[in-house]
Amino acid sequence: MSLEYYLILSALLFTIGVIGVLIRRNAIIIFMCIELMLNAANLAFVAISRSLGQVEGQLFVFFVMAVAAAEVAIGLAIIVSVFKHRETINVDEVNSLKG
Amino acid sequence: MNPEMILFFIFGAVSLIGAIAVISFRHPIYSALSLIVTFFAQAGLFVILGAHFVAAVQVIVYAGAIMVLFLFVIMLLNLGTLSEKGALTGKLKGVAIILGILLAAQGIYIAVNALNNTEVGSEAAQEKAAALTNNPIETYDIGELLFSKYLLPFEVTSLILLAALIGVIVLVKRENQTEN
Repeated sequence: MSLEYYLILSALLFTIGVIGVLIRRNAIIIFMCIELMLNAANLAFVAISRSLGQVEGQLFVFFVMAVAAAEVAIGLAIIVSVFKHRETINVDEVNSLKG
Repeated sequence: MNPEMILFFIFGAVSLIGAIAVISFRHPIYSALSLIVTFFAQAGLFVILGAHFVAAVQVIVYAGAIMVLFLFVIMLLNLGTLSEKGALTGKLKGVAIILGILLAAQGIYIAVNALNNTEVGSEAAQEKAAALTNNPIETYDIGELLFSKYLLPFEVTSLILLAALIGVIVLVKRENQTEN
C-alpha cells in the first residue's frame, strides 16, 4: 500500500473543505469545512509518518488537534455572540467592518 | 488486492461521501452528523496506518468533544429555521467548483510526484516502511518523544488552550455587560 493513495485522499478531502468554504454562507458550516481541512492535513501527516518510519508525524497531529480544539471553542463563542447581536450567522450579512 | 487496500478504499469512500454531504446538506445538524461519519472513517484510516493512539484521540477529541460543541451551538441557536440567504448560486457556484477541481488536480499532481527523488520515495524508506508493518510505532514512542524532545511545544500548546479559555470567558463576559 503506497503513500500516494493516502496523499491523494488527503488532497481530495482538503479540496472539499475549500469548496465548502467558498460556496456556503452559514458560518457554522464554514467552520466545519475548516475542521475538514485540518483533518485532511492530519491524514497526510500520519501517512508520511508511517512512510518515513518517524514518530514526529503522529506527534504533530496532536498539536493540530489541540489548536483545532482551541479554534473551535473561540470561533463558536464568536458565532454565538454575533448571533445574539445580529440574529444571523450568514457571513454576507455580518459585514460591518466592510469599508 | 490485499485486505489493507480493500479497507482503505472502504474508509476512503466513506470519508469522501461524508465530506461531500457536509457541504451539500442545507440543515447544519445534518452537516454536523455527516462530519462525525467522516471523522470515524478517518479514525479507521489511522488504524490501517498503524497509528492506533491517534485513531483513539481522533474519536475522543474530534468525534466526541469538538462535534458535541458544534451540535450544542447549532441547537442553542436553533439554526434550522434560518434560511441561507445569499448562498452562491448558478455561475458563481460553478466557478467555485471549477476552482476546487483545479486545486484537487494540483494536490493529486503533488501527491503523485512528491515521491520522486525524495527521501520518502527512496528504496531505503520503502524498506523501512515494510519493516514497520511488523514493528509499528507504539504509544510509548509517542509519549517518550513528546515529553523529551518536544517538551517546549507541548507546554506552548497548553498556553494556547489557556488563551482559548480566557478568550471565551472574555467574549461571554462582554456580552453580559452590554445587556445589563
